[in-house]
Amino acid sequence: MDQFLQLLIAGIATGAIYALAAIGFTLVWQTSQTINFAQGEFVMLPAILALAARDLLGLPFWAALILATAAFLLLFGLGFKRFLVDPMLKHGVLPLAIATMALSILMKEGAKDGYSAQAAQFPSLVPEGMVTILGATVSSRDIAVFVVAIAAIVALQFFVTRTRLGRTMQATAQNPTVARILGVRVERMILLTFLINAGLAALASYLISPIYLAKFSNGEFIGLAAFIAAIVGGFNQVRGALAGGFIVGLVDNLAAAYVSSAYRTAVPLALLVVFILFKPEGLLGRREERTV
Amino acid sequence: MTTRFDPNLAVILVAAPALWFIPAGFKPYGLYVVSLWLVMSIAAMGLNLTLGYAGLKSLAQGAFVGIGAYATAVLTKNHGVSWPIAFLSSGGLAFAVGVVLGFPALRVKFHYLAFVTLAFAMFVYLVAKNEEWLTGGVYGFSNIPRPVIFGVDLSRGLPFYRFVLVVTVVLTLAMWWLLRSPWGRAFLALRENWMRAASLGVDIRTYTLLAFAIGSAWGGFSGALYAPLVEFIDPAPFAISASFVLLLTVVVGGSGFFLGPFVGSFLSFVLPELLRVTGGWYLLVYASVVLVLLVICPTGILGLVERGRDHLSQRRAAAMRAAARPMLEGSEAR
Repeated sequence: MDQFLQLLIAGIATGAIYALAAIGFTLVWQTSQTINFAQGEFVMLPAILALAARDLLGLPFWAALILATAAFLLLFGLGFKRFLVDPMLKHGVLPLAIATMALSILMKEGAKDGYSAQAAQFPSLVPEGMVTILGATVSSRDIAVFVVAIAAIVALQFFVTRTRLGRTMQATAQNPTVARILGVRVERMILLTFLINAGLAALASYLISPIYLAKFSNGEFIGLAAFIAAIVGGFNQVRGALAGGFIVGLVDNLAAAYVSSAYRTAVPLALLVVFILFKPEGLLGRREERTV
Repeated sequence: MTTRFDPNLAVILVAAPALWFIPAGFKPYGLYVVSLWLVMSIAAMGLNLTLGYAGLKSLAQGAFVGIGAYATAVLTKNHGVSWPIAFLSSGGLAFAVGVVLGFPALRVKFHYLAFVTLAFAMFVYLVAKNEEWLTGGVYGFSNIPRPVIFGVDLSRGLPFYRFVLVVTVVLTLAMWWLLRSPWGRAFLALRENWMRAASLGVDIRTYTLLAFAIGSAWGGFSGALYAPLVEFIDPAPFAISASFVLLLTVVVGGSGFFLGPFVGSFLSFVLPELLRVTGGWYLLVYASVVLVLLVICPTGILGLVERGRDHLSQRRAAAMRAAARPMLEGSEAR
């Protein structure tokens, strides 16, 4: 029972990180039909950038974090949209999706060649320690991860539903043509979603890297988890991505303990296939027109 | 159907003898690289059928190459089966698995299908990694024998390369024939407008499954050549990134163009080897080249060539119109 509770809490903590990645993924999909196959690498890179800034430029860690975040927002928020999505979107969804695959190779190899092929320690942003809750020993890091991720998601939800800017962004996501007619600066709103995506990815990166170490190949499983979370929860809903993130985190952790550690990755994948075949709109998503 | 001579066939018939003789003086490494180019072109050709002609987005071609490679390795090394039989079994196994994987394609389309096939590719990788009794786990298989065909020993680089070339030409001609047959027309109809195809009496169900299964079988054939070419296999080359790279290969070469896979495969598998002179950075350079190419020509290299040709013929037509104008205007004035 204690073990179950521990797994549950660890699952919720990793689930919260997956949710961050999945929310960015669905935001970008909604506003500009970009299936970002590099989403996992988006979560891998900021931590590597921060370590590189610390080791190669000799900055103190907090300054390295700020520099890395700024550089990442510029390159993979603004730059990603301006130089990859904008020129390619008019040719359809597939070429763009393929281009993000090439981008993922580029980011992975860049991190490997530019920084290190080895897994590197990433300093935890919260003190390490153990807390006892209901008889289960839980690492304070898991709790902090959960709290920070949830705070970010609540803030995002508040921004999207309660502020004028957020509501215009949502309008753009739902119907860009009508939004444009009503005077929304659609281009600017789309850019905003790309910046939010990059910001969420950076946050997820700083939260997950102390747990799994910072390594160039981290993006593979994070990206997969984000896709699964987005589809299971509902491709076109932020709420859905959140729910999906938690489900994948829980299933992943429980499967590793109770099914088989060798096939732990296969269990969320099986979940994905079941959802795609029987409930393709996801748990909370709207049904999309899928005839032609 | 038109009986017009297809320029693609001319290219195959000219290129095949040239490719037979050109690499004669290559060093073993060069021979390995050109052999790899052909082997991966076969896999890309299969994916080009599934994606480029039938329009089904599959992210599992790397897994089918893996299925073929492991099947061939297990059969020839552990059970002493001769290579031709292992080759046919590899293709057959990939075909059968392809039929099964094709069933989701009947229910879902677009990115959903891509994700289902991605899940399948991941599963194949996990099986290769974990089922040690069958696949040797992370250590894989080493010393996979190269075959002796009709008394010709293929263990050296050049004979094996020429053997790969013959198999490639046979599979290419088979694919060419398939695409010109009514089946090929049906695949195209599936891509362009499946509802209309259905209303014209094309059996959507059968052709979707066939497109998937035949494309997968080519992946299996490619794997059957890959195993004896490299003589060692482990799960790593068949991870999901392999399926990504094969998809990239087809799109960069020109999805839906018959010779696109050969162009794309050159870029994905030969260019990185040529770039090895740049040291550890070669994959980085390769990915950048692919990205820039995609931004410039999203329809692939052959798509760009076609666009250039259209552009030229339009210019020529415009020039002819311009030259003819005084005459025409003169006749009007009269």
